[in-house]
Amino acid sequence: MLNYIIRRILYAIPILVGVNLITFTLFFVVNTPDDMARMQLGIKRVTPEAIAKWKQERGYDQPLMFNNAAEGLEKVTRTIFFEKSVAMFAFRFGRADDGRDIAYEIRTRMLPSLAIALPVFVLGLIVYITFALTMVFFRATYVDFWGVVLCVALMSISSLFYIIGGQFLISKLWHLVPISGYGQGLDSAKFLVLPVIIGVISAAGANTRWYRTLFLEEMGKDYVRTARAKGLPESAVLFRHVLQNALIPILTGAVVIIPLLFLGSLIVESFFGIPGLGSYTIDAINSQDFAVVRVMVFLGSLLYIVGLILTDISYTLVDPRIRLE
Amino acid sequence: MSFKPEILWTDALVYVLVAVIVIFAWQVRRHEHLLASWRRVGHSASGMAALTILVFFIVIGLLDTIHLRPAIENGNGGSETAYGVEVLSLLDLLATPLRMQVETTYSAPFATHLYARETVELPGGGQVREFPRLKFGGAHLQDPEAQLAGDIAIRAGTGAGFALLLWFLITASVTAIVAHRRGEKFVFTLSTIWRGITPVPWRAVFVTLALVLLLGGAALALCGDYHILGTDKVGQDVFYQSLKSIRTGLLIGTLTTLMMLPFALLLGVAAGYFRGWVDDLIQYLYTTLSSIPGVLLIAATVLMIQVYMETHPELFDTIAARADLRLLFLCIILGVTSWTGLCRLLRGETLKLREMEYIQAAHAFGVSHWRIISRHIIPNVMHIVLITTVMDFSGLVLAEAVLSYVGVGVDPSTISFGTMINAARLEMAREPMVWWALFAAFSFMFALVLSANLFADAVQNAFDPRMKTLSALSGTWRRKSIGKNA
Repeated sequence: MLNYIIRRILYAIPILVGVNLITFTLFFVVNTPDDMARMQLGIKRVTPEAIAKWKQERGYDQPLMFNNAAEGLEKVTRTIFFEKSVAMFAFRFGRADDGRDIAYEIRTRMLPSLAIALPVFVLGLIVYITFALTMVFFRATYVDFWGVVLCVALMSISSLFYIIGGQFLISKLWHLVPISGYGQGLDSAKFLVLPVIIGVISAAGANTRWYRTLFLEEMGKDYVRTARAKGLPESAVLFRHVLQNALIPILTGAVVIIPLLFLGSLIVESFFGIPGLGSYTIDAINSQDFAVVRVMVFLGSLLYIVGLILTDISYTLVDPRIRLE
Repeated sequence: MSFKPEILWTDALVYVLVAVIVIFAWQVRRHEHLLASWRRVGHSASGMAALTILVFFIVIGLLDTIHLRPAIENGNGGSETAYGVEVLSLLDLLATPLRMQVETTYSAPFATHLYARETVELPGGGQVREFPRLKFGGAHLQDPEAQLAGDIAIRAGTGAGFALLLWFLITASVTAIVAHRRGEKFVFTLSTIWRGITPVPWRAVFVTLALVLLLGGAALALCGDYHILGTDKVGQDVFYQSLKSIRTGLLIGTLTTLMMLPFALLLGVAAGYFRGWVDDLIQYLYTTLSSIPGVLLIAATVLMIQVYMETHPELFDTIAARADLRLLFLCIILGVTSWTGLCRLLRGETLKLREMEYIQAAHAFGVSHWRIISRHIIPNVMHIVLITTVMDFSGLVLAEAVLSYVGVGVDPSTISFGTMINAARLEMAREPMVWWALFAAFSFMFALVLSANLFADAVQNAFDPRMKTLSALSGTWRRKSIGKNA
């Protein structure tokens, strides 16, 4: 087991290197730092001095890959590639355009993101599985039919409308919770209720339908027929046998996104003004803060790869038939 | 007035797409096993009803794809006609009144007065703050308060009446064709359709058609003299914007798949077929790409393209060309982030197929790799490609709205559902609220995505072998087969 985990982590390294190369190409080769400086300072009427100053402030004033002016090992280390891309492996993220330390921002903003994403994740799983099971229990009846219709209709609504509609109905019309904002400690709960509910509802259609399909697939297996042949009531077949077996693909499929919960949700956070990593990313995109976007891309891939490793481990834990060697 | 046809990049790709679909349809007609699956699609009531709505969207989208540059009237009478930099589509020309009747700011649907008070000069001197009359919306009415409801009713009624007439014509001719093909009497066919027992669910199609035609007819009759969905902040007609958004949505939904398809198909099949180091390399490639969260990769790439376009303005001669290229780039990037899923599926399927006896036999006969791939493997994975394509469509239309909100979507000058929502959402805080732009974007988007979803389900049910066992399990909900093959 430990061997396997170590090997998986070693496999992850070339992928991270690949991601790093892609972001490096995107951010520094497609457009030179000069282009970015010109873009930020205004296309016209920009002096070479201003560009040089902009580059120097951000540490972009070095050669891309190879520094001929430096001595010895510094030929490689005193370059943009080494200082901006390779340094990410050591979690040295540098500073954002407003001069703040990116690593510090990420640490402080992680919690608000998690405060929304984690309840959405847990609550969502419970709600979707419950609805899917209900539909499967009443399969081939009107409950099932209209359930599927409702799911397809829910799937066809843009997540933006869930947020706008929810804010309008619950906050503006009924004044139940504040429209947006964030508080300290327990005070924040009243700000979190609405985003969490909307987060659960906006993904309900697709997930419930997907889980229903998984349950139905499980219903076609031989052991279900055996259970019925033994004379077990339908509820026992469904809740004792099918549920347990169908939970394996559901839970292992959900594991992959657990690490990504730290990143939060882009649009929910920015609509509700929650100071998490999602709204941080959106702000960075809107103010064209390339350093922050680059760090978020790296962090996102890192967390995704962690999720993949966790998925494989969780397979062995829930399904003893799978051996990882 | 003369025109010069203008083919933008996305237009060219749309023409390619149409050509591909025509060739594909021709292929299907010649092969009975392909035709059988499509017949199953044709027998799904929800699928066919959805297709009816989609056809209307596609026609509007295609009309909006044929672009022209109108000539500028030049006074010096030179033999050379100059063409304006403004690129118009056929839809723009058809909807010229909608496009030109621009008010000064917000006005509600069917309003005759502006939504905001303005200072108006009285004829006898002096000023007064009031809601001024609209320049175009209901401008033909002398006494708006008394005449408005009656005028709207008459116009809507006339429009709906014509629509109903058209509906009768279409229904009758389709019924006549069906009756002729099956060698039945017209009345008998009509009654089977009425009872909903024809194999092709004509009743569902006709009901949907009636709904769409009635709505469309009434809207068409009204939109010339009223702003039926109101106007936005700069006074543009929201109905016109909604119509223009359709093309953007359709493009993003289809071109993205078209862009990624060759790569996904080639790499996926190659990985599964050759295995070994080719497989390792391709797997590495798509694992790396898919490990970057989609939105972030798109955001990073779009940011970089923005920089590139800002620093190289000489590459684009018109604003339309620039916006168009940005749309194309968005499609490519969305394609890059979404091809990995299809690639993985194709690899898995090819791994399974290459062990089949008929492929082994082909190997034994010394058939070349390329021929085995093109003749034996690709035709047998096409159903996966088709299902993924139609299933992805609605997701991509929805993604466009979110991306535009994030600020990495289409060019701000391109009218799309995303830009509409983005412009309208700030007005939610206004008192009283400006709701119509959101309502318009919501209903058009909902209709498009819902019908795309329903059609995709029908296609999946017909083509996915897994779904057959599933639908048998989930019970009936298949139509009664009484009149089948009658």
